Amino acid sequence: MSTTRTADRTGVTPPAATRSGSGPVLVAVLLVLLLVAVLSSITLGSKAVPFTDVARVLTGDGDGIADRGIIEARVARTVVGVLVGAALAVAGAAMQGLTRNPLADPGLLGVNAGASLAVVVAIAVFGVGSLTGYVWWAMAGAGLAAVLVHALAGLAGGGVTPLRLTLAGAAVTAGLASWSSGLLVSSKQSFDSFRFWQVGTIGGRGLDLVVTVLPFFAVGLALVLLTVRRLDALALGDDLARGLGENLVLARAAVALGVAVLCGASTALAGPIGFLGLVVAHGARFAVGPDHRRIIPVCLVGGPALLLLADTVGRLVAQPSEVQAGIMTAVVGVPIFVLLVRRGRMASL
Amino acid sequence: MTATAVAPAPAASSAVDRVRRARRRPARRVRLVLTALAAAACAAVLVRVLLGEYVVALADLVPILRGEPLPNAPGASFIVMEAKLPRALLGALAGLAFGAAGAMFQTTLRNPLASPDIIGTSLGASAAAVVALTTLDAQGLWLPAAAVAGALAVSLLMHAVGRGTGLAGQRMVLVGIGIAAMLSSVIQLVMTRTSIQDAQAALVWLTGSLARATWPVIGLLAVALVVLAPVLALCARWMRLAELGDDLSTTLGVPAGRARRGLVVAVAMAAVATSATGPIAFVAFLSGPIARQLCGGRPSLWAAALVGAVVVVLSDFAGDYLIPDVNLPVGVVTGALGAPLMLAVLVTAGRAGKA
Repeated sequence: MSTTRTADRTGVTPPAATRSGSGPVLVAVLLVLLLVAVLSSITLGSKAVPFTDVARVLTGDGDGIADRGIIEARVARTVVGVLVGAALAVAGAAMQGLTRNPLADPGLLGVNAGASLAVVVAIAVFGVGSLTGYVWWAMAGAGLAAVLVHALAGLAGGGVTPLRLTLAGAAVTAGLASWSSGLLVSSKQSFDSFRFWQVGTIGGRGLDLVVTVLPFFAVGLALVLLTVRRLDALALGDDLARGLGENLVLARAAVALGVAVLCGASTALAGPIGFLGLVVAHGARFAVGPDHRRIIPVCLVGGPALLLLADTVGRLVAQPSEVQAGIMTAVVGVPIFVLLVRRGRMASL
Repeated sequence: MTATAVAPAPAASSAVDRVRRARRRPARRVRLVLTALAAAACAAVLVRVLLGEYVVALADLVPILRGEPLPNAPGASFIVMEAKLPRALLGALAGLAFGAAGAMFQTTLRNPLASPDIIGTSLGASAAAVVALTTLDAQGLWLPAAAVAGALAVSLLMHAVGRGTGLAGQRMVLVGIGIAAMLSSVIQLVMTRTSIQDAQAALVWLTGSLARATWPVIGLLAVALVVLAPVLALCARWMRLAELGDDLSTTLGVPAGRARRGLVVAVAMAAVATSATGPIAFVAFLSGPIARQLCGGRPSLWAAALVGAVVVVLSDFAGDYLIPDVNLPVGVVTGALGAPLMLAVLVTAGRAGKA
């Protein structure tokens, strides 16, 4: 009696054997969901367009179609959504495995705030005015902030606990945000460009920008996929992982670099989008168990599906304007975060 | 016979004396620190009022406050009464409120990083106030009312969701951080929806600024502090027990929940101050640890409040005159100075095994 209760409270999951077959099926289901999400992202919105028109534009036969501009913009938006969704979900899962912290998320661990401050500096101090210009700044800022938060949480000694890491993230976010607003209050133009970037949206980005950032997504994904087996070893804890013959420093550095590149590239492309990594990675972990070789594929498909659906819903609820994807993911993600904290699953990684 | 009865007495009394002295020394230190801080707060207000680009002589201050005309400095009266004095007083009052509220949070939740500006209650006040400012065009009393309502709603939500046994304090902090993240995206959404003028005004307010210092705002904040401070003082007695942990505190006769109820008062205090000045970064967060260092490791609500007042008034002064021709809001100064200090708090907190 008492043992079952303890098991529930510590969030011990059912034996992995019962779920070992569910991975491929889940990925197939999610692929169908992703297809639905892609189609609705292209066809739905403040002006719905018929699917036949979309097909003609995509096959290069779109000369006579009145909505051609809308369709092209939505296709670009959907591509951005797929990339950013996949990158953030994979980064979230890798970050959680790397830090053994189920609450890890770029929005919570200061990465977004670092990217924001870097973009503010770019706009206000160096006069950078285009999304292409923001890219490099956002990536550098995201990487530096990630390093800073981890260094801070580990500085005190005694291990990096989820609570300490989350608090360090919140504190660094607060600090960086006040530097950002210090720069912004003195310049109206800077603030005007920044407030629309800051909210996090996948709309309004051209395919040329996607091409610029694409190599970073590729490198980041490759790094995480290559090191995915090591994540399982790292999740066992430092001592066990070392016992299994892992080079901890190398494994950590490779995963961390991959995560920073993925987060930075996503933030550069779409602005800060929080909670997506947290939610998708947790859903995946819950569905297929703790093996990262199964979690990552689920994230790869589930992340884009969720982001595109959130974006499409955001476009439909506030017509003719829209609620940006970054807001939608926070609105959906925070209740899930709270649920995780309440169920005490913090100890389960 | 008599000798044996008397003999132990000096030894016993010297032991009692030693205990008494040992207990008094920290108490005396706290009293000393409080006096020094009160003097520092008064000095800071005087510096803010008298010095700066327009220097007012100390001898002129009393006639100005009495409303007597000054033939040799005709503009001084207006500048002091309409610009310098309101800013100094508002800064001092807001600093008191933020400092006390922050210390209350940190001690009760037993976490030096759990201050209202980190765990969402200040953001609750900000979000409500920004929505009220930009969409409802709120004026006068409605703005603080909205801020208090927002902060209380967030706190109740945090309490309801974070309640439970054992890790309740930690859970509440984590839930608060989650809610803070959601509220900041609400604020961002509102910012993209209004005109750039409104958004800019909201940004200045969100940074924390004393520019809106007017006598009605100061009066409102002063009344709120006078009403709330005695209640907070009552709760401060439970607060020291809460610091021992839930179990020990319950054993000593104060259920853990009671001290947490005192947080409601702290929330209201921080919210009223937030509605007047905006959330001034790091004041609530840093006042408690600074005061604790000064008091030799004992938490003191009043010392934290006074530290808050000194920090806000001096930071506002620095923001106005540190860089020529640039008027930085006070929140930028405290934020810029606060970030490195925050690192220090985080490190020492980790060393002490907290956080």
